[in-house]
Amino acid sequence: MMRFMLLFSRQGKLRLQKWFTSMSEREKKKIIRDMTTMVLARQPRSCNFMQWKDLKIVYKRYASLYFCLGVESQENELLALEIIHRYVELLDKYFGNVCELDIIFNFEKAYFILDEFLMGGEIQETSKQIVNRSIEASDMLQEVRFTDMHAQMHLVKHCDLHLWCEHVTSVAWLSV
Amino acid sequence: MALKIVKGSIDRMFDKNLQDLVRGIRNHKEDEAKYISTCIDEIKQELKQDNIAVKANAVCKLTYLQMLGYDVSWAAFNIVEVMSSSKFTYKRIGYLAASQCFHENTDVIMLTTNQIRKDLSSPNQYDTGVALTGLSCFVTPDLARDLANDIMTLMSHTKPYIRKKAVLIMYKVFLKYPESLRPAFPRLKEKLEDPDPGVQSAAVNVICELARRNPKNYLSLAPLFFKLMTSSTNNWVLIKIIKLFGALTPLEPRLGKKLIEPLTNLIHSTSAMSLLYECVNTVIAGQYSCSVGHIKSHLLCVQKLRILIEDSDQNLKYLGLLAMSKILKTHPKSVQSHKDLILQCLDDKDESIRLRALDLLYGMVSKKNLMEIVKKLMIHVDKAEGTTYRDELLTKIIDICSQSNYQYITNFEWYISILVELTRLEGTRHGHLIASQMLDVAIRVKAIRVFAVAQMATLLDNAHLLTGNMQRNGICEVLYAAAWICGEFSEHLENPVQTLEAMLRPKVATLPGHIQAVYVQNAAKLFATILKNQEGNTDSTAAQETSQMMIDRLPLFVQSANLEVQERASCILQLVKYIQKLQQKDVEVAEEVSALFAGELNPVAPKAQKKVPVPEGLDLDAWINEPPSESESEDEQPKAIFTKEEPKHSRPRHTEVDEKELARRREARKQEQANNPFYIKASPSSQKVYQEAPGVEHIPVVQIDLSVPLKVPGLPMSDQYVKLEEERRQKERAEKKKKEKKKRKEKRSGRGKKHDSGPESEEDITPAHVVDIVTEEMPEVAQEDQNRLPSPYLCRVKVCICMFCLCRPLADSEKLPVRSHRAAGAPKSSAEDGEAENATPQEPKKKSSKEKRDKKKDKERDRKVRLRCWKHFPPSGHKSDSRSTQSEGRTVVTFLVFPLPRKVCDIQGNLQDGSQVVVSVIFENKSDSFLKSMEFNVLDSLNSKLQRPEGSGPHDGLTVPFQLPPGVSNEARFVFTVQSIVMPQKLKGTLTFIVKNEDSSTHEKLDFKLHFTCTSYLITTPCYSDAFAKLLESGDLKSSSVRLEGVNMPFHHLLARICFHHHFSVVERIDSCASMYSRSIQGHHVCLLVKTSGQTVSIDAKCDEPTLLGNVLDEIKQTFSQC
Repeated sequence: MMRFMLLFSRQGKLRLQKWFTSMSEREKKKIIRDMTTMVLARQPRSCNFMQWKDLKIVYKRYASLYFCLGVESQENELLALEIIHRYVELLDKYFGNVCELDIIFNFEKAYFILDEFLMGGEIQETSKQIVNRSIEASDMLQEVRFTDMHAQMHLVKHCDLHLWCEHVTSVAWLSV
Repeated sequence: MALKIVKGSIDRMFDKNLQDLVRGIRNHKEDEAKYISTCIDEIKQELKQDNIAVKANAVCKLTYLQMLGYDVSWAAFNIVEVMSSSKFTYKRIGYLAASQCFHENTDVIMLTTNQIRKDLSSPNQYDTGVALTGLSCFVTPDLARDLANDIMTLMSHTKPYIRKKAVLIMYKVFLKYPESLRPAFPRLKEKLEDPDPGVQSAAVNVICELARRNPKNYLSLAPLFFKLMTSSTNNWVLIKIIKLFGALTPLEPRLGKKLIEPLTNLIHSTSAMSLLYECVNTVIAGQYSCSVGHIKSHLLCVQKLRILIEDSDQNLKYLGLLAMSKILKTHPKSVQSHKDLILQCLDDKDESIRLRALDLLYGMVSKKNLMEIVKKLMIHVDKAEGTTYRDELLTKIIDICSQSNYQYITNFEWYISILVELTRLEGTRHGHLIASQMLDVAIRVKAIRVFAVAQMATLLDNAHLLTGNMQRNGICEVLYAAAWICGEFSEHLENPVQTLEAMLRPKVATLPGHIQAVYVQNAAKLFATILKNQEGNTDSTAAQETSQMMIDRLPLFVQSANLEVQERASCILQLVKYIQKLQQKDVEVAEEVSALFAGELNPVAPKAQKKVPVPEGLDLDAWINEPPSESESEDEQPKAIFTKEEPKHSRPRHTEVDEKELARRREARKQEQANNPFYIKASPSSQKVYQEAPGVEHIPVVQIDLSVPLKVPGLPMSDQYVKLEEERRQKERAEKKKKEKKKRKEKRSGRGKKHDSGPESEEDITPAHVVDIVTEEMPEVAQEDQNRLPSPYLCRVKVCICMFCLCRPLADSEKLPVRSHRAAGAPKSSAEDGEAENATPQEPKKKSSKEKRDKKKDKERDRKVRLRCWKHFPPSGHKSDSRSTQSEGRTVVTFLVFPLPRKVCDIQGNLQDGSQVVVSVIFENKSDSFLKSMEFNVLDSLNSKLQRPEGSGPHDGLTVPFQLPPGVSNEARFVFTVQSIVMPQKLKGTLTFIVKNEDSSTHEKLDFKLHFTCTSYLITTPCYSDAFAKLLESGDLKSSSVRLEGVNMPFHHLLARICFHHHFSVVERIDSCASMYSRSIQGHHVCLLVKTSGQTVSIDAKCDEPTLLGNVLDEIKQTFSQC
């Protein structure tokens, strides 16, 4: 079973947090702090696994963003890596060449996608098509502001180009 | 102006949305907190509006702020409001916010039950989906109980989208409300065969999770999963199924056999590393059964793991090492052959890989390679950059060396030098660890003290080198040990004055207080030794100079801010001043001064105190003085500080109370102590009184036997020991060979106790310093700790789910959602069956018939276990009273380390099988407690091995197939395979068992030694005189002889004794001369010619195996020396 998933930037800024078991704010903050310091301290060509208390920490860096998954000790590390990768693929499919900014500005979408893929710490759907379809279907229900936001999102992406150049240049995550 | 107002209200209308907030935060990097606090104010305004769109927007922003670490719990009610919006757009945001912000203690969750129930039954599947997703994050026991039925219904929803979510959330419900498991399980099982693969995989996930916590309940699903495994092509699902099987196989060995084939196929065929890894892991986990198929698949796994470790991908390397460490537990040999690879991994750039490799090393050391491995590690210590990794290395080195009572260390000089080398590490946190090792070794290995003291003296002398920054540096803890060792064993010091000088340097004052205190105290010990040395001389000035130095230097410590240092220093200073005075009067004081520190420290087993008998007439429970009454002590004590203290204890109190009164008081006090939570209760064992304990001399004490003389070479480097050790071993080997040759030349087989020289094996490496370290009983607390589950989370679930048996039909009372009461303990019977199956097959199953529980209640919880033994005699032998043999069984028996529990047993060769020896042991429970779960284990040697049931590891114990109520005895037989029978052997073993009283049960351990004498390999075989003569004539037999002096018994007694103890039969007897015969289990003929004249008995013996003969004769000699 998975316990949590965290996304954070190279600077240690949290971009997304998903807790599959209920936990107090204090515990959450402690874990977030530990994870960011531990993962960011790793040498570049190290393996993607760490032991932390009774959990296995599996992390992977995509461009400027770290995906960090905490799984219970009997889980398969390689499977956890696949889960991270699958999530990145799903994000990529949804946002189209996803970058950190997409997740910052549409963080609720990132959560919705995650909720269709994982649930309660288990994999809910292994098929990419089915996940995509259910997200699209829910988005259709969310009539009003969706198209609005989508347009805005692209606007943001381009307006801030000069400001957030670092993030935008590292768009091609999956090539990493 | 008006325009402004309009604009403001429009702003309000189109308040900042999430994007604006994010951008705003990014644009206010300098004053982010201030900006956010204004934003929160705005959000509060927005939440006050009635417009749900505005509220949803506000909640969405709050969710973002929550992620940034701001507290938003105050808006919990608003979140619920947004959740209950009828529009999916807002509902989605509400549930998202709830799933991020709510936790079990959020009180508004109570308000959501009905809303969630409504959403669950919504016609729109996405409403339901969103509710389920949200619920999975914040489900509480109350919600689980109230909604379990609704969710269960959803498991059969028409839409697979809902079904799979419902299945997954069911797991969370089970965790929070375990009573729901039984009613929901049939439906969950159905979902394994759901037409939708998503639902199917969800069900597999949930059952896999459940089975991990309590596999027994899910064994019946194995065939279904087997079908799924062979048919599924989805790797995600396959991995889960294989994991599930991994949990089931320990319960059902047949399953393991069946799985081998599909698993090996997968290992061969799959290209997905995750699947391969899972298969390998499962095969490894199923290693306890050693069928041919398993050995093959095991080899395949090790081979695959090697490939993984050699891979350039760091991830695979890491996982390969991780899996190797699992193999190490069951098959250390197969890992040891990859030592090269693992040592290579120590050089890896990646720290986690290095750490994994280190873990593996721990289990790989042997006497032979310890020095080599530690040498490698020392090189790494020097190279290591990060202090954390270096500290890890340091602890590992110490762990590796000190494991199981320094089992693998053959040369303690080497170990001390390693420890000294480790002190050169800068900035390590583990100074205290090194220090405690130094102390431990110096105290327990007497032979090493001279060397250790020399080393420590050098350390003290160079203290400035090793502590750059004294206060913060953890390494200075080492000086604590150094000072103590130099002080305590100061008689070994070469130059005590110099060391004393080093201990009193002004720089010492910069050390931490507790270390200074030890310095001061040990300076005094040292001073005493020096005085003793110097007073022998005619010149008394040297002694006076030393006193003067003490008097000069000590005031520095008298001024110390540390109380302990100050107190000791001023005490000792006064003492030295007084001594000086006496010295000036030419009074000899050395004897008296050293008497201050007289007495030797002996290491004592932790529980040794219990073995000391309480002297007669001493009642530890009786008061020496009448205890002051409750009120007196409560009221008067605080006052006493201010008023004149009443001399309570000197007040004469005649305690002439009668026995009854005393007993009554004792009882009352016990009662009071039991009820007082602050009173540390004595463990039941601490009150043991051993009547039979012979006395103090039975306190187990470390015995040291030194086989090589020690030299103190200047400042040794540990490296040179590796060389020395190699030389030593070579020499030993050469000597052994020489002896062997000699033996052959002289055709004498008398004293040779060495093994046949063959390739050098682990057993052959004799340690340079033999340390017989007492194997102590584990403190009970420690054992309990081991059993404790690592995570409280796991623990809780275990208690909950394991109580339910899924095979039982559903009772009406268990229907959801009514709170039902559960029936626990039902699966227990099957657990017992499982145990029985694991038990040894060759042993008779004597079961519960003997389990008559003793109902006698004895308040003294003294448990004495005595293992008595008896001897079986060969059928032709003398039928004699087993009682008498019990006392005479001493040739066979070795007494235990502990005086009381002793075991006597019979060791007998098996005539049918030349390599088998049967050991019958009678276990007699002399205690008043119930003994159960007895496990008999013997440390195998190269030559003799305990036969264990198929599938158990080489270190597993055998379950004794019965339990022992108080006073009952029973016999168990154990079969050993023995290769060579020409030598006597001692096997060490342990018996572990659980002692059960009415109110407590403790785990106990008995150590014993089994002595396989050569006699026990002999079997009484009758022989006719003509056959005997032919045998002697054949000339194949080597002869040997022995003379026994001072045997004062009739000849027929003597013969009977030989027959009786050594399994011989008399062939012929003529006057004071008799020929005797016996045969070993491997068919060696042993012939004796016994003659007696007066008190001298001469035995001429012939045998085709000289070594065996020599040993048998030795044993005969011993038998007679004892009478």
